[in-house]
Amino acid sequence: MNLRRDVFQAIADPTRRGILVLVASQSMTAGAIAANFDTARPTVSKHLQILSECELIEPEQRGREIYYHLNADRMKEIAEFIDPFRKIWDDRFNKLETVMKKYKTK
Amino acid sequence: MELKTKIHAEAGKHDLTITREFELPVELLFRAHVEADIFEQWMSHEYGTTKVSKLQAERHGGWEFQTSDAKGVAVIRASGTFHEFIPNSKITRTFEIEDSPFGVQLEFLEFQKLSEETSNLRLHVVYRSAALRDQMLKLPFAKGLDMAHNRLQEIVGKFDGKR
Repeated sequence: MNLRRDVFQAIADPTRRGILVLVASQSMTAGAIAANFDTARPTVSKHLQILSECELIEPEQRGREIYYHLNADRMKEIAEFIDPFRKIWDDRFNKLETVMKKYKTK
Repeated sequence: MELKTKIHAEAGKHDLTITREFELPVELLFRAHVEADIFEQWMSHEYGTTKVSKLQAERHGGWEFQTSDAKGVAVIRASGTFHEFIPNSKITRTFEIEDSPFGVQLEFLEFQKLSEETSNLRLHVVYRSAALRDQMLKLPFAKGLDMAHNRLQEIVGKFDGKR
């Protein structure tokens, strides 16, 4: 569970969400990513480290450079985490609908 | 099967929106939320029975219900106040589970007529913080993942009968 909690903390930060949006369309180096933010380069490095540890992004060595790209599977997992919550509400509302149909003729 | 209920929850935000279309006239959809005996029917399930102890269906009225397990032991007590109460259109209310770490949440319910026989409900829920919202969202998910963890299961059990 600890790892998961970290993932949600990771996406709760606006800069880290910005990084995820950037690397969603193309692989980028740390320098290219940092150029998009006003924050200091070491701060961006720290964000990249957290995102990598949570496996939200993956580093990839290309020659002398390290490129980061989005781990789509991990992002999909996050989108799916609210499904059980949704299912609870759906069951509840299905029951409401069934119950209220009995009142239709009254 | 495709779920009819939609949940919109953005990362890092402290609110979420639940929407659902019903094959019911808007009047019946509204009644389901404000008449105690009807509310008890759709809120009760195989794991718990819901009893409404107070439902003052008016502006500044209070509401309170509790859900008990199969042995009759109360597992959840929830209460709040209506701040806006416009029949067949809108309810603004507070919601709080007693003795829980989640605090008070603010709920905006909008009832919309789509046709004579169909209607739409939009439930906008505002939590005190993004962390609290995520905790609420994650509870049912965690339940599926880690059934063996007793403490967690206890908390999730309490949450399960919420509403």
